[in-house]
Formats: sequence, structure tokens, C-alpha cells
Amino acid sequence: MNSSMSMQNMIEAKGLTKKYADFVAVDGIDFVVKRGEAFGLLGPNGAGKSTTMKMIASVSKRTGGELTILGKDPNKYGPEIRAHLGVVPQQDNLDRELKVHENLFSYGRFFGLSRKFLKGKVEELLEFAQLTEKRNSKAEELSGGMKRRLTIARGLVNEPEILMLDEPTTGLDPQARHILWDRLFRLKEQGVTLVITTHYMDEAEQLCDRLIVMDKGKIMAEGSPANLIREYSSKEVLEVRFGSSRNAEVAEQLKGIGDRIEILPDRILIYSENGEADLRTILTRGLDPVTSLVRRSSLEDVFLRLTGRTLVE
Amino acid sequence: MSLINASVDSAIAIAERRRNKLGSSVYSGRSSVVLERGFMALKTSNWIIVASGFVEPVLYLLAFGFGIGQLVGAVSGSNGQQISYAAFIAPALLATSAMNGAIYDSTWNVFFKMHFAKLYQTMLSTSLGPLDVAIGEISWALLRGLVYSLGFMTVMAALGLITSWWAILAIPGAVLIAFGFASVGMGITSYLKNLHQMNWINFFMLPMFLFSGTFYPLSIYPDWLQAFIQAWPLWHAIQLERAFMLGNLSPEIFGHILYFVAMIVLGLVFTTKRLTALFMR
Ligand SMILES: Nc1ncnc2c1ncn2[C@@H]1O[C@H](COP(=O)(O)OP(=O)(O)OP(=O)(O)O)[C@@H](O)[C@H]1O
Ligand SMILES: [Mg+2]
Repeated sequence: MNSSMSMQNMIEAKGLTKKYADFVAVDGIDFVVKRGEAFGLLGPNGAGKSTTMKMIASVSKRTGGELTILGKDPNKYGPEIRAHLGVVPQQDNLDRELKVHENLFSYGRFFGLSRKFLKGKVEELLEFAQLTEKRNSKAEELSGGMKRRLTIARGLVNEPEILMLDEPTTGLDPQARHILWDRLFRLKEQGVTLVITTHYMDEAEQLCDRLIVMDKGKIMAEGSPANLIREYSSKEVLEVRFGSSRNAEVAEQLKGIGDRIEILPDRILIYSENGEADLRTILTRGLDPVTSLVRRSSLEDVFLRLTGRTLVE
Repeated sequence: MSLINASVDSAIAIAERRRNKLGSSVYSGRSSVVLERGFMALKTSNWIIVASGFVEPVLYLLAFGFGIGQLVGAVSGSNGQQISYAAFIAPALLATSAMNGAIYDSTWNVFFKMHFAKLYQTMLSTSLGPLDVAIGEISWALLRGLVYSLGFMTVMAALGLITSWWAILAIPGAVLIAFGFASVGMGITSYLKNLHQMNWINFFMLPMFLFSGTFYPLSIYPDWLQAFIQAWPLWHAIQLERAFMLGNLSPEIFGHILYFVAMIVLGLVFTTKRLTALFMR
């Protein structure tokens, strides 16, 4: 059915659109996810990330554009596509009437997997989620982070080719977060394609080969974390503070330093190729910042540049 | 893709088997796993609530059948034979048992799973389709109706109220009745948005129970009221079970059966539509 070329594309979206009544949640976006890739969706609250994830997971119908997952149209092949997917929704929806191990078992049965296969699989996943000791607890008795881990483990029960993770690490402690990153790396090594949304830029930088930044349903930028930083930010960022009352007036005298200057209420950011050199220039101009800091530019800088610093509701 | 699990069918292989079959976008032929999940959750259900649904018709049978029955004496069945009052109302209460079990599960429990537990959302993120979920959940409700009516029949047998071999047909009759009510019950529930609207279901259930020819023949009503009551499902259910229990079979029973088949189909269609609209829109 599929040529080997198109098999390389696990997910293809062209002009993908989702409207809720008159409101456009996803506004004609184009992207491709290749086999074995870790693909990220970033964007502020309400950007349309979860809506996009749901359309890929074939639990939400697009209202416009084209979408294929493994070459198949989710409108026609919903159940079949979902068999390829592991889904970790933004909000845990565990079966609260069942115990921890039953949650994994019954979910596997929904896919039609045999009891024999699931017996081993459930143990493996309990281990993975580090919930072996909680196996007989009711799902609703777990802590928030444990629920999250169980939801992630549940998404792996059908050994998916594509794992969809909607803010997987929200609510996890740093240990659990790092363990999960490690597990995701290993899944990726095994050839699993990952689609991830996150609000943690360090996580996106760590995990994603390529990502899109969305805002108000549209794609603002696309590329690898390194490329995006190169394109939308500078190599380094120099942060200087002159005290909140002086920042604005001092900014006048900083003209010409760095590629771009951003004045925030509490500090001034100077995007530059060489932060230390620029700091020396500032000092030679006779300005004496209260504190100064040179750091590498990060995805967070890109994100804020593309989507603005203010909350838009 | 990988050969490691060649002996075990992968989720993908299982799902692809249904490709191009009729309804493959909403049905994966696996509603039984939904039932399986019901059995798993059974351990944690509240047994007092479950038992109370069964006890209710039994209490009616004892209070009315043997209490009021003392005052009423013998009544004539539809083909003129003399029967005890208890034997007259017992089939109606049997039909009510089947209805109660099916309705409790397909309304309140379904509402909870749909809006609070988000269970259907979970099921529909797997390779199950909305029709699998509808059939599975309706069958689960049906089973409760069947268990109630089997329990009720046991009570009837113990009280000597089963006199005809035709009574065995009351069991498939109860299955049909429970199926019909479960299907329509889930269909309606899937359209309700809050607990306030859910209370309307009870509002209809009680009068339907009291006036559908349960405790006396419909013939005491004026014609227009008879016609009105004959439009409601419980009347058909009672007629069907009374015919089986008393062995008065007539062609009319096909009409009653047809009524319930229609309920089953309509309930399934609307439940599937609504689940799709709610969780896959
Ligand atoms: N079922 C729905 N009905 C109507 N509007 C919806 C629905 N689901 C989402 N929206 C709207 O679509 C927009 C995008 O929502 P979405 O959940 O995709 O955002 P998101 O990028 O995942 O945000 P967050 O980071 O907060 O999770 C929001 O404005 C939201 O209000
Ligand atoms: Mg979201």
C-alpha cells in the first residue's frame, strides 16, 4: 500500500485545521514527522498543541486540510491507526475503579492483545514506571506523579511505533523526569517515533531532534533546537541589572552593543555573539551594572522572542 | 516490523485484520473486552446498591402479591383461566426487574463513566471504536438486568408461581427486555449533560412502572389512555413476560419482540453517534 519513500514519513499534515464552532484552534499548519524522529510541539497555553495531538491520535476529526498517519487517513482508518500509537494525554484518564496493574492489563486488552502476552508486559511496564510496589493500589490512590508514570507506561502497552506525549513530565519530580528522558532516549534508539509537547524548554532541547513553535494555531518557526537558536537568537545572552528604576534610562546608553537589546522591568538582555566582550564595552562606557551574567542562548530565548513575553488570552 | 514477537499478534496485526470490513472506522469487533473490564471493576462496586435494585420487585411481589392478593382473590388471565393475584403481577415484576437492572447501569453508571471517570475517552484512544464501546457497555447493563430477572425467577419458583413450561421462554424474554432498555438507556444518557437532567429518567420510570398494566389489566382505562400506555416500552415487556409465564402465546408477542428489537437498534445507533461526537469530534 505504501511506497518505501512515504513510509519514511510517519505523519504528514498539510493545511491541517481544527475549528470549534467559529473558533479556529489550529489554523492550517504543515509539518512532517519522519520515522524514528523525536518531534516537538512548543507554544504558549492555548496555542493548539493538544488539539493537534488529538487529531494525530485520531480521536479528534480535523475540519480542514490533509492529515495522514503512516499513509492512512484517520477519518477512515481510526482504529487501525490507533493500534500503531501510544498516547499519553495531557490529563491523566486512568481507570479509577481498577488497580494499578489492572489499568495496564485492561488497556492492553482493549487493543486485543492476548492475556499471555500481557502478563509479561504488565510486569515489564510496572518496572518501567517503578510502580511494582503499588501494583495492587487503586489508581485513584496514587500520587499525581505516580499517576503520570502509570499513564506513560500504559501508553507503551501495545509497543507503539509512534508515541504521543502531551506534556509528559508535568507533575514529575526531577528524578522521575530524568529517568523518563532516559527511557524515551532508549525507545528512540529502538526506532520509536516520538511526538512531544512540553512547556519545559530544557526538555525540548534535550529530547527533540526537530520542533515547531506554535502560537494561536499557527506555526511560528520550525527546525532543530540548535538551528532555531542560531536563527532566532544569538550565541550568548548578557544579562545586566541596574536596578529597576534605572534600567530604562541606561538602555539609551547601551545602543550599538550586541545584536539586539531587550529591556525587561528587572533586567536588560543583550543578545550577542560575545557576551564577555560586550560586558567590557559596557564597563568602559562607565556604566556599572549591579549584577551581570553571561550565558548561552537557549530555546527559551527563542520561544519568548517568537511568542512574546506577555500573556495573551 | 520486528520478528521478536512473531508468535504473539501485535496490536497492529489485530487491528489490520478488520481493514475494509463494513463499519471498520467505528467497530473493531472487540466489544467483549469492554465487558471484561466490567468484570474487573465489579469487585469494587457497591454491593448494597446492586442488591437493592434486585430486592425492590421482590418486595412488591410480597407486599402486593400476597398482601393485597388476599383481598383480591383469584383473577382471570388473558385467556380466561383463573390465577392467583400474585401469579398475575409476578411476570410484570419480572419484566420490571430486567428493566431496573439494565436502566441502573446504562444511565447512572454510564453517566459517571462518561463525564467523571472519562472511561470512554480512554477506551477510544485505543484501537477500539465507538460501536465496540456502545455494544460492550450495553451488554454489561443487559447482564445486570438478566441477573436481576434470574434472581426474581428463582424467588417465583420458590413461591410456586411458575406453573407452565413456557416460563423458560421468560429468560430469553428478559434478555431482550434488558437489552432494549440498556440500549435506549445508554442512548438517552449519552445526550444528557448534567445530573439534573438525569433525574428526569426517574421521573418517567416510576409512573411507567405503576401504570403499565403491572398491577391490573389495562382494560380498566379509557381507550385513549390504553393507547398512550401501549406506546411505552414497559407495557410491551410486561405483555411479553406475562404471555410466557402463563403460557398464553399469541401472535401479538411478535409485535412486542419487534418493539424491543427497534429499541436495541435505535439505542445502538444513537449511542455510537453520540460517543463519536463527544469523544472523537
Ligand atoms: N473541545 C473544545 N471546544 C472548544 N474549544 C476548544 C476545545 N478544545 C480546545 N479548545 C480551544 O482551542 C484552543 C487550543 O487548545 P489546546 O488545548 O490545543 O491548547 P494547548 O496548546 O494544548 O494549550 P496548553 O499548553 O494550555 O495545554 C484553546 O483556545 C482552547 O480553548
Ligand atoms: Mg495542551
